[in-house]
This record gives sequence, structure tokens and C-alpha cells, in this order.
Amino acid sequence: MQGAKILDERKDFIMFKDSCCGDGKINCEKESVSGAVSQRACVYCGARVVLNPITDAFHIVHGPIGCASYTWDIRGSLSSGSELYRNSFSTDLREEDIIFGGAKKLAAAIDEIVEKNSPKLIFVYATCIVGVIGDDVEAVCRKAEEKYKIRVIPVKAPGFSGTKSLGYKLACDAIMELILPHKDIPKTGGINIIGDFNLAGEMWIIKNYLNAIGLNTVSTITGDANYESLIKAPSAGLNIVQCAGSSVYLAKRMEEEMGIPFIKVSFFGIEDTTNSILRIAHAIGDENAIKRAEEFTKERSARAKEFISKYKPKLEGKKAAIYVGGGFKAISLIRQFNEMGIKTVMVGTQTGKKDEYEIIAKIVEKDTVVLDDANPSELEAFMKEKGADILVGGVKERPLAYKLGIAFCDHNHERKHALAGYEGVENFTKEVNLSLNSPVWGYVKG
Amino acid sequence: MLSMTPKELKERTALRINPCKTCQPVGAIYCALGVHKCMPHSHGSQGCVSFHRMFLTRHFKDPAIASTSSFTEGASVFGGRTNIETAVKNVFDIYDPDIIAVHTTCLSETIGDDINSFIQDMTIPEGKLVVHTNTPSYVGSHINGFYNMMCGFIKYLSRKTGKSNGKIAIFPGFVNPGDMREMKRIASLLKAPFIMFPDTSGVMDAPMTGHYEMYPKGGTKIEEIAALGDCEKVIALGEITSEEPAALLEKQCKVPYELLPLPIGISATDEFVTALSKFSKCEVPYELEEERGQLIDIMLDAHQYYYKKSVAIYGDPDTVLGITSLVLEMGMIPKYVITGTPKEDFTRKAEELFARYSVEGCKAKASADLFELHQWIKNEKVDLLIGGTHGKTIARAEDIPLVRAGFPIIDRYVHSYMPIVGYKGAMRLVEMISNALMDRMDRDCADEDLEIVM
Ligand code: SF4
Ligand code: SF4
Repeated sequence: MQGAKILDERKDFIMFKDSCCGDGKINCEKESVSGAVSQRACVYCGARVVLNPITDAFHIVHGPIGCASYTWDIRGSLSSGSELYRNSFSTDLREEDIIFGGAKKLAAAIDEIVEKNSPKLIFVYATCIVGVIGDDVEAVCRKAEEKYKIRVIPVKAPGFSGTKSLGYKLACDAIMELILPHKDIPKTGGINIIGDFNLAGEMWIIKNYLNAIGLNTVSTITGDANYESLIKAPSAGLNIVQCAGSSVYLAKRMEEEMGIPFIKVSFFGIEDTTNSILRIAHAIGDENAIKRAEEFTKERSARAKEFISKYKPKLEGKKAAIYVGGGFKAISLIRQFNEMGIKTVMVGTQTGKKDEYEIIAKIVEKDTVVLDDANPSELEAFMKEKGADILVGGVKERPLAYKLGIAFCDHNHERKHALAGYEGVENFTKEVNLSLNSPVWGYVKG
Repeated sequence: MLSMTPKELKERTALRINPCKTCQPVGAIYCALGVHKCMPHSHGSQGCVSFHRMFLTRHFKDPAIASTSSFTEGASVFGGRTNIETAVKNVFDIYDPDIIAVHTTCLSETIGDDINSFIQDMTIPEGKLVVHTNTPSYVGSHINGFYNMMCGFIKYLSRKTGKSNGKIAIFPGFVNPGDMREMKRIASLLKAPFIMFPDTSGVMDAPMTGHYEMYPKGGTKIEEIAALGDCEKVIALGEITSEEPAALLEKQCKVPYELLPLPIGISATDEFVTALSKFSKCEVPYELEEERGQLIDIMLDAHQYYYKKSVAIYGDPDTVLGITSLVLEMGMIPKYVITGTPKEDFTRKAEELFARYSVEGCKAKASADLFELHQWIKNEKVDLLIGGTHGKTIARAEDIPLVRAGFPIIDRYVHSYMPIVGYKGAMRLVEMISNALMDRMDRDCADEDLEIVM
């Protein structure tokens, strides 16, 4: 394929840094175009991935089986306690439910759960057709709350109502709904970690850092969270937001409605990790914490840099392509590749925001391609044109990269090693090296 | 893990826990991927297709393409006519397939879009085709979606010209590309000229070439689907999966069909081989006789390790029935066999198999889920599990070895390239089953009992 064939409607979703819209204007935050082979997930998916790591909740999908089966234990969020969230609960709607309505079945499903277990928290996700057939999901949930004196929170997330970002917002609203009744509990001054889902245990890494500089974690939202820890969240003195794309909205609401200030952090890459730890210490304003943070980051970043330098000769000069969910993560990755001596030649995100694209435009080199909601042929064309050696992406991109003979690193839900923090830098470097320098590439016929 | 699963059984009517099926469009997409230069198209919201592609990619570890109508709020109220018109135009413009295979989703079904009339009214570029099927996921499972899509292709494309092409059509059922390859190898050995439809070999197991082919070499050609109408006969493999398309082709083009179980195990493979050899009037070649003999030899050699061991089998109906038949031939006890697909025929056929081999105390159930299977196992344990990835939590909770076979397998590699059908496939299954049981013996036995020779 010569260059990329691009749908006319798609042109505004792509920019070249050195051409027309070099000022970082890109048409993001929109639905996919009809006919696109889009990689974009739906509102329900967005809501589910944010809430799913709440380990002791029953997550019931009210809808037909598909929506439930695809989200069954797919995210590598680890739990230190309950494994309940790793089961798939749904109402598996059938034809008669579509005709006569599914509200009764939902109520019965909740009954069947409560009969057998003693749940404290149930989330009910209403998917596309529930909106269309007009079940009053809210009423069913309200009644169940009254009947059983537990929290039953509806998440009305029909896929057609927007993009994954809207799903994130709905999830944040659901969390607010859960914690608001506890908003007047006394403040303890600890920290909530928001927007980390404990993939491959990353939440634990961040928690350890806070611990190391003498700060206390109150609540983790939502990685390795549970009902009891979540309702304590209002007692915190500071929110730190790791995945901005999904959770800044929640932090803002908590600031407005509970008076908890927040700062955005990122634990991807040495630079971001160090800055984040220092900024947290300063935000708390505790002299001792600041001192410990300085010592801690100095020691750990030196160690991580030394680690990278061992690999640098093997990595220097290679070219990377990035295709990830959020813009914030893309930014971290670009910086991280810089640290390794790898140049980023293509960046794409599924749900990147305008301001994020502006930052991206600033930190990439002149000829880097920036894409919003790309499809496989665009990814292919630009990766080839730019001569990328490695693609960082999610599960759908892996086979594509391999077919092209390009190395791959999973930076999505299916990552197997923690990629956050200084530990993450080591893991990421190892993984990038492993994939780039696997002997099998030697057998690929050009 | 799964510590919540209670032993005590209680009938559930509303709640589905840990399903053993997924929705129709996944099957429809898989079928359409088995047609050369075809773009599967999902008429619904973008989310569904994103899930479906991911699901297939996780199993095949290969890209699964499909486009979407991208419904928005407006489409969900006023219908998706403009969405599909724009979509079809865009797909032909940019992805340039020869044919688009549209399937519906729950959403477009519920709002009642009439795809057929949309297709009639739209402008389709010269020489290109658009076909469709209805795949409401609140009916059936991905298995229904698979055969519904086959019916869609047949309805739109298969024609009887009156002149026989002398070929036999093989409907492979919902199986891996590795299985389709094996079926084709057997047909070739028997010198039977055939058309396989659909055929995902060369698509979902395409080799690495250094560039991405949106439409790899494999897949049933459009002319071949048209030519199904001129075939002499159909061998429809998988009694639950392949009957509807075979019956449709018979009705539409008067092509008779023979419905056979998936050729898993000795007797089912014998039936397949016999049917082909009857058709081609070719005696079964030594090569196949030899394989059959080897299989039996293996089964005799190793039988003491699996004889009378009990096994739970779960997955898609025809695959589960096939494996059940093989384990019965091996002298094992298929204590529990379940499918999530709501087909009562499944239960009846499984019970027939139990009766044929006079095994007692075995249970079969359609519309079941893995939670229920786990409860059964808690009440009475089995020695082995056979099925897809999602049984691994049960395997771990109950400390039972698991042999992966069927769909979906999303935590292992290579499986989709290898057959479980035919004599070769049976050898592979026997190997996997005996290895799993014997590895377990090695792991569990006392030091003094560890055998070097087994
Ligand atoms: S809405 Fe229907 S078609 Fe879409 S994923 Fe859910 S079950 Fe499948
Ligand atoms: S039906 Fe709607 S909610 Fe379910 S997967 Fe499809 S787009 Fe998402």
C-alpha cells in the first residue's frame, strides 16, 4: 500500500506535526465514522473497566449475553482480597424479555444474588437495548436497595450514547453515588489514589512509594478496592490522579463536593515517576515527607537509569509507534522512549483529549504522525512509512504488528508485568528489548 | 479463587453466572471471515464489534477485521438506514473488499431495521456484493450466528444452474482452521472434488509474511458459494451447527445433504470417511487406513491411564458431543457434558451417546453455565476437565487437570492451527488427555512411586 488511504471524514482525525495543523488541533472526542474498522470500545466498556476492579462488588450486566461475556475477567486487575469480581453475572436477556421488558428479570436476578450471598454492593450495567426497550433500571435498583438495605447502583451505559470516555464519566458518577452519603466523616489527611486499576499489581507499587515517604493511603479507586475502603475515601486530604483520562472528572467532583484537592500524577517512566512523588510530598506539605521523597527518588531514579543504560546500546536509534487508549499514557510513553534513546514516529490514541494532543504535539519530533481513533490500514500505512520497529498497543494491535514483522509491547489491560514506577521502567525496558531483539525476527522474509 | 461457588444447588431463572456461550455476531463474523475478500459488517453500535473482534483475536491470535455502522443516539431512535448506507460506501471505498457480509446486533434488531430493504435500495459498486443475516443475540448463541450467516450467504448467492459441477460441499461446522485443513486433507486423500464453506484456513491461521494482508489468501470464493447450488451433495458436519444451512440449500437448490457429527473420534471420523468415499467411489487409501490403525494402537497402549476416568466436557454443542464420543471410545466416563447454547437437541444426543456406551450416572445439559458445572463438580468430582479457557478457574479451585479444546482458548497458543478432527486430531486429543492425567500422577505420587517407565 502506498501511503495511507484515508477516508475523507477521517482526515480531521489525523495530523502531521509539520504540516497543516501543527498547532495540535485534531478532531478527537467524537464517535467513529460509519464503515470504519474502528478499534474504539463503547460506553459500557468504559464504565465497566473503571468499576470492575472493585473486588467485592457484584457486577451485573443487564443485557444480552455478549456484552457480559466479553467483559468477563478480561482486565488484569489484581486483588488482595475478594475474587468475586472475576465472575460474570448477567441477566442474559432472551427474546421474551425484549418483548415484555426485562425489569422483572433484573429484579429476580438481584434476588437470586442476595438469597445466596450477603452482598454489600451491586452495580447494574444497562447496555444498549435496555435503553431501547425502556426498562426502568433505576426503579429496580432503588427498590432493591430499600428491600435489602444494601447499595445497588445503576450504571446506564448504552454503547451508542457516546464513546468510552462517557463510560468513564458514568463510572465516576457511580462511585460518587456510593461515597457521597459518607462525605461528612472526619478528615484523616491521607491520600486517595485515583485512576489506577492495579493492573499487574501497579497500584501496590504506588502505594509502596507513598509508604516509603511516610504517607498514608486511604482509598484506592478502583484498583484492589472494596466496599469498606471506598466509603472511607471522603476522609482523605489529597487525591492523586493517575489515569487522567478516566478519572479527573471524579477528582473534580470530589474537590467540589468534598473539598479534597487533587493533583495529576503519572508513574510511567523515570521522569514522571520522580516528579509525581516529589509533587505529592509538596502537595501534602510535610517537611519530613519532602525530605524523604527527595532521597527516595534520587536513589531509585539513579538505579533505574543505570538499568536502562545497560540496555541502551541495543535500543538506541530504534523507532517506536504508540497506539493506546488515553492521551496521558501516550505522553508518558513518548517520554519513556526518549529515555531509552528510541524515537517515537507515530502516536495514536482512542480517547485522547484536546489538551493532551497539544502536549503530544510539543514533545514529539517534527515528522511524527499523530492519529485519533485509527483503523488497521492507517496504523499499517503509517508504521511502514515511518519505519517503526516496535508498536506499543493493546490486544487488537498485537497480531497486526506481528504480521508486519514489527515488535510489540502490550501496554493495555493485558499487560503481564507492572509497567508503573521504577519497577515498571525496568520491566518495560526488558519487554521492549525482548520483543525488539527476539531471534525470530531474523527469519522473517522482508 | 471461585471460593464463592456454593455446593448447594439452587435453580436460577434470572441470573446467568459465568456463561458458556457468547453472542450471535461473533459466530457471524467468524463465518464471514471464512469467505475470501469479505468484510464482515456489524450493523449496530461501535462497541459490539470492538468486543467481537477482540474476542476472536484472543482465540486465534490473528487480526479479525470487521466494520461497523457506528450507531449513535439518533440511529437508535430513527433506525440505522443512513448509517449502513454511509458504511457500505466507505467500506468499499477504503477497504475494497469484494463482498460485505452484514449482520445485525441486539440494538438494530430491537429497533427493527429491515436490512434487506436497505440493501435493495443502496447503490453498490459494479461487481461488488452485499449480503446480510439477522443475528439477534437474545436468541441462541454464537453458534446460531455462525449458521445464520452461512444461510445469509446461501440465500443471496447460491444458485442452481441445472448443470452439476460434480462436487461435494463440505460444511465444516464451527471449528478451527486447523480442523478445516484436516477435513480438506481427508477429502483430497479420498479424491473427492469439494467446496468447503466457510473456510477460515489461510485467513485466521495466515502465515507471517512481513506485511499485513487485510484479505489473506484463504477463504471460500464467492463463485464457490454460488456453485454450492450445483453441487451433487452436501456433507453437513456438526448436527446442531450445520443442519439449517444444509436444509436451506436443499430447499433452495435441491441439493441433498447428509448430516453427520463432527468427525471427532474413531466412529465419527469413520462416518465422514465413508461418506466421502461413497461419493467419490474411491476406496479408502492406505494412508488413512494406516492413521486409523495407529490411532487404535495408541489407544490400546495407553488405555490403562484413562480407562474409567471421569471427565467434564463443556463448550459448543457439536464440539462437546464430538469429544464426548471420543472419550467414550477411550473407555472414559463423560460425567458432565454441558453447552451454554440453548439447544435441547444437544441433551438428547448426549444421552443417546451415554446409552450407546451404557455409561451410567452421566448428566447432559444445554443452556447451562460454568457456575452450575462447578457446583456439580463440587458435589461429585471428576478426574479431568475438557473445554475452553474459562474452565481454568474451576480447574484451579478443585485441583483438576484441564485439557484445552474448543472455543474460546485465550490463554494458550498454537491450538487453532492443530486439528482435533480426523484420526490425526483424535491422536492429538488422546495425547493431550493422557498427558494431562499422567502428568498429574507424576505430580501427586509419593517419591517411591515415581515411575520412569509408564
Ligand atoms: S449488544 Fe448484543 S450483539 Fe452487541 S455485544 Fe451485546 S449481546 Fe452482542
Ligand atoms: S450492545 Fe452496546 S453496550 Fe453492549 S457491547 Fe454493544 S455497544 Fe457496548
